[in-house]
This record gives sequence, C-alpha cells and structure tokens, in this order.
Amino acid sequence: MNDPGTEPRIAHLAANDFPELAKRALDDSTLRGALHHVTDLFGDKRENAVAAMPEWEAMRERARRVKEETLSRLDHYLEEFVRNAEAAGVHVHFARDAAEACSAVEKLAQRFGAQTIAKSKSMTTEEIGLNHVLEDAGLEPVETDLGEWIIQLAGETPSHIIAPAIHKTRGQIADLFADELEVERTDDVQELCSIARRFLRKSFADADLGISGVNFAIAETGSFLVLENEGNARLSTSMPRRHLGVMGIEKLIPRFEDLEVFLRLLPRSGTGQHLTSYQSIFTGPKASPDDEGPDEVHVLILDNGRSALLGDWVTRQSLGCIRCGACLNVCPVYKQVGGHAYGSVYPGPIGAVITPQLAGVEKAKTLPFASSLCGACRDVCPVKIDIPRLLLHLRGKIVTGDGPPHVGRETRKGRFLERMTFRAWAWWMSGARRYRVAGWFARKLQPLGARPGLVQRVARKLSPPLGAWTAGRELRPAAPRSFRELWREQEGSR
Amino acid sequence: MRVSLFVSCLVDQLWPSVGLAAADVLRRAGCEVDFNDEQTCCGQPAFNTGYRDEARRVAQHMIETYEGDTADAIVMPSGSCAAMVHHLRELFEDDEAWRARAEALAQRTFELGSFLVRELDVEDVGARFDGRVTWHDACHGLRDLGIRDEPRRLIANVSGAELVDVHSSESCCGFGGTFSVKYPEVSVAMLDQKLQAVEQADVQAIVSGDVSCLMQIGGRLQRRKSAVRTIHLAELLASRG
Repeated sequence: MNDPGTEPRIAHLAANDFPELAKRALDDSTLRGALHHVTDLFGDKRENAVAAMPEWEAMRERARRVKEETLSRLDHYLEEFVRNAEAAGVHVHFARDAAEACSAVEKLAQRFGAQTIAKSKSMTTEEIGLNHVLEDAGLEPVETDLGEWIIQLAGETPSHIIAPAIHKTRGQIADLFADELEVERTDDVQELCSIARRFLRKSFADADLGISGVNFAIAETGSFLVLENEGNARLSTSMPRRHLGVMGIEKLIPRFEDLEVFLRLLPRSGTGQHLTSYQSIFTGPKASPDDEGPDEVHVLILDNGRSALLGDWVTRQSLGCIRCGACLNVCPVYKQVGGHAYGSVYPGPIGAVITPQLAGVEKAKTLPFASSLCGACRDVCPVKIDIPRLLLHLRGKIVTGDGPPHVGRETRKGRFLERMTFRAWAWWMSGARRYRVAGWFARKLQPLGARPGLVQRVARKLSPPLGAWTAGRELRPAAPRSFRELWREQEGSR
Repeated sequence: MRVSLFVSCLVDQLWPSVGLAAADVLRRAGCEVDFNDEQTCCGQPAFNTGYRDEARRVAQHMIETYEGDTADAIVMPSGSCAAMVHHLRELFEDDEAWRARAEALAQRTFELGSFLVRELDVEDVGARFDGRVTWHDACHGLRDLGIRDEPRRLIANVSGAELVDVHSSESCCGFGGTFSVKYPEVSVAMLDQKLQAVEQADVQAIVSGDVSCLMQIGGRLQRRKSAVRTIHLAELLASRG
C-alpha cells in the first residue's frame, strides 16, 4: 500500500486509449517506416555487442542479483546512500509522489532565483511532468539532449526510453526547426546539429540550475551517475552553479564495484555501444572555489508508487529496470505501433508493466493485454526481468477486479461475457465427456455459422471475437471428425 | 519407449491430421503410442488471459488424467502446450501438494520435435517432401523450452525438402491467444511484417510446431490469396512424398 495522502501519478497518461492510439499508429506509414528502421538498427547493434561477450549470461545473472539484493533491503541502502551523500555535502530531498516532487523542484528553483534551467535527459522527470510545472511557474526549462529538445520543441512526449524522438524523420525535424526556431529550412544532418548546438550552448551558459536524471546511485559512497553520449549532461551538471539529480528510489546499487557490471550491460543493451561516450559520477559539490563544478549539489529521491511494489518478488522485479530500452527494440508490438500508442512515457513491454503498477491498474488496464507474450523482452533484458510473468500477474488482477472493461472496444457486457465464457469453458474442459459432447455440437452447428449472408453476419455480431478474427484472416473450420473419433476408428482396425 | 500422445484441443477439434501424423512419426521412431481419452486442454487460454481460477480447474483435470497414465513420456505436437505444462506450477503457489503434482507432470512432458532429437536421438524419420520450406519458431517452444536446432535438424533430414532460414523466423506471428482478437489489427500487422521476408524467400510452405501459429499464419495467407501453404512439423515428418 502507498502512504495515505499520496497519489502516484504519471504525467500525460492516456494508457487506456491504447486501442485507438495503436490503430492510428498502424495507419501512419511514415511512423512505421521510421520505427522499423531504428528498432532494427538498435536490435542488430545490441545483438552484435552481446555476441562478442561470452560472459553475457553470467553478467545478466550478476546484475539481477545485485538489483534483488538492493530491492529486498532498500530501506537499508537508502539510509546508507543518504548518510554518505550528505557527508559529501549533497542536499537530499524526498518526494512521495509526482506532485510533491514537482513542487519541491519549483521551490528550489525559486530559492536559487533560477530563470533558465538546463535539463539533461531524464525519464523520471518525464514521469512526473516536471517541465510543465516549471513552465507554469514562469521558468524556462530547456531540454539539452538532442532528441529530448526536439520533442520539447514539438510539444510531445518521448516515444522511446533512450531515443525519445525515434518517431520523427529528418524531414519532420527540418520542418520543426524552421517553424519553431525561425531558421532557414535544411534537412542536412550536420546543419541541423549545428543549429541545435548553437541554441543549446546558450542555454548552458544562461542556466542557473542544471537538472539531470540518475542512472545509478551508489549507497557505499553517496555518489550518483549519469550516462550519455552527447556531452550535454556533463555541461548541464557542471556549468550552472547548482545541480539537481532526480531519481526514483530503485536507482540504488550497494557498492561502487557493482557499477562494473551495469556499465557493461547498459550501453550494450541500449545502443550496442561498449561504453557510452560520457560517464559522469557526482560525489558532492566542488571542494574548493578553485575546483570545477557546481557550488551546490542536490538530489531528489522519488517514490511515486514504487515502494508499493517492494513487498512481492514478482512485482519487485520491475524496479530492477535500468531503462536501457532493449525490450522495446525487440518487441513485435512496439515495432508496429511505436511508443505514443502506449499513452505513457514508459512504452513497450517494460512500460506495459511499469505504467499500471505505478499509476494503478485502473488507469492502464489495456497495456498488460497489449502483448502476444512472445517473450523476446525477457530474453534481452539485462537484469532478467520476467516481463511476460508480470504481464500475466497484471492480467489476473485486471480480469478479477470489478473495474470497467479493459479494452477500448469492449463494453461492460463484453467483459461480463468474457468472464462467463471462461467459466463455462473451464467446466467443459474439466471433464472429458462434456468436452466431447461440446465438440460434437460445435461441429453440428458450424455449417450454420459458415453460411455466408445473414446467418454469418448474425454469428459475428453475437460473437465479437469471431468478427475480430475474420476481419483480417480466414477462420479454420472444425474438422468433420475429431481426432479422437479418427483415432478410435484407426486403432480399432489395427 | 511408451508414449502417451496429448494432441491438444485445437488438434483434436480443428486439425486431426496433425495428431495422426504425430502418432505415425513416433511409431516410426520406435515408440509404442497411446492416446488417453480423458484429455481435453492444458488450460493455457485462461491462464494467458488472466483467468487463473479457470486455468487451475482445467490444469487439475490435466494433471489427474496423466497421473493415471503409466506411459514413460507425454508427447505433444505443440511447444505452446508443453510450455504451459511447465508453467502449471505457477497456478499452485499456495498449494504445495498440487505444485508437486504439477512438477511431476512437467518432468514427463515433451514437445514432439525436441522429444525425437533429445530423448530418442532420432533426426531422420525417413520422410520425403519435395519443395522449399521455411521454419517458423513458435515463441513458447523457442523461448520457454529452448527449442531451436531440433526441428531444423529434423527438416534437414527430410529428403527432397530444402530448408530456407529467413531472418524473421524467430519473430512472433502475432497470434498470442486472445491477443489475436483483442487487438486484431496489431496482430495482423505483426504477421504481415513477418511474412514479408517469407514471401521474398520463395518457399512453398511454412512449417511450424504449433497449430495455433499455423491457424494465424494460414488464415492470413488464405485471405491474401497467397500460394504459400502451412504445414505442421508432424505432417512434414510423416509425409512420404
């Protein structure tokens, strides 16, 4: 259970619109072309990187154990982290939910008299919708990761955990820059990058506060880490006089030496890189005025529904996620519909388990069903999260709950019918005689349903699943005689 | 070796030829084959949709059916059902006695192709099939049971058959049980992407170890009026040209 009075929330949540959003995505051929290209590219790069490491499976197992060790004693490691961070001069803040976190950051920014805020990519600040809160308070948060900056200019949410603008083509970005920045339109990649650089450099210099995410926080030393490829996180955490890192409670690892396995797993899983271009480790502010770096370092530790998952080993697994995005790139559903269809800043297989668990199953009950349970996500997860098992766990919670139907096209009646169908099915399937009789009846009735025209239309109307199947596929009819009939005959004559 | 054949509800009702072919192949591999008439379904449709109570009820019937069966092995022409049997223990987390019974069943349960290769050490069953074919790795056989090379080796030994591996062989066909009717558009889009590579490979047939995948793939191919046909591994191994 969550603390009373807290309200875990994911910003811009529209997860229950998955059915409509997915259909819209399927009709967008530009989006699907971009998606196939990028997910295949990341997927192939990951595969090559993994193939070059014979110890990959052993590393995954080690990472899983470190996460399980941390999460099963999280209170202990949190206390240790806070103690050591404070000893290093870091100001530590806690927030129980998204609203508390946003208001804490807003107050800090106001205390610093900050106007421009340089932000480096952070899923946690996307989760809590920090930018909107800061903008409403009259401040200017500027996303400095290229992909994040593009979607900030476009007023969108990320569609991939590590490549937030994966859904945008070069042409669309050229148009966006021309419209929003009033520059001459170009679709030359070098020029687009130099436009971005020109605008972003100014923000680093102007910023009074830099906000980053946190990839890992080390209990033993009170340090925290940011991994990135563009150097923007390094700049936004070193040029402004204050640096604030925002992290979920699950980002902890116990020891500095545990980093080794994660620093090898994360980049290979995400982009296929052996190492990200930059790894910045922060342990407190600068020690003397002559040193480089910020005068003040703050860290905000966020719960937002996470602690409610700690009690059970099945649900706890989802807190092991290191946000590498590998499961998105191999997911056959994500590859077709992209991130925005999930209606959550956390899309794909991991999003389908994190979103309902953080925001509440009622608010994201379509997502656990948006999977064929193929298991490709489980195979690539660097910390071995059993995502299919979590999806099944959530499906069970949803179908036995009393909430409204879980799929957009379904009505309350449809939900009732599904439950009754499975109840009847279980009765039929738990006795061989009644199963045989049901099969016999189905065969006798089948010619009616197969007859084209009115009867078929009525059959489809009475059975929405039948209509859903036949919209894109032919239906395999029941065989004239069942296997067991044929077997009896064959064996009788042997 | 005495084998009890679990054909699955889908094969029993929709695709009996697959069951007959499986029995034939097992006999050719030297097994004594029996069919237990008490069998119905493994419980997977309910389990995968979240209806655990209903799945448990059917699972108990399944477990009881085979406790009374003295066969050395229970063999299924389905990686999906065999994987389900290996998951049954998850339905009895609070019930140690039933969990042990579920585990005992799982230990005697095998998917057809992997049973031939791993347990019987048989890779050539003397089949003949003329044509280019490609293999579809059904997800649960592949990822839950680790079945990858076994069917390929069996197909490679079918005389006249040319096995073409396409890069999409391991991608999901989009069936996913009730997923296929809850999100039919996404399900078909997944399959269409997979089929792109298959169609470029110029094959006569797609072979797989699960009729559920073949129902999805075949139903779509038929709708698209494709010349490519679907065939179950058991049928391929039972064919004599």
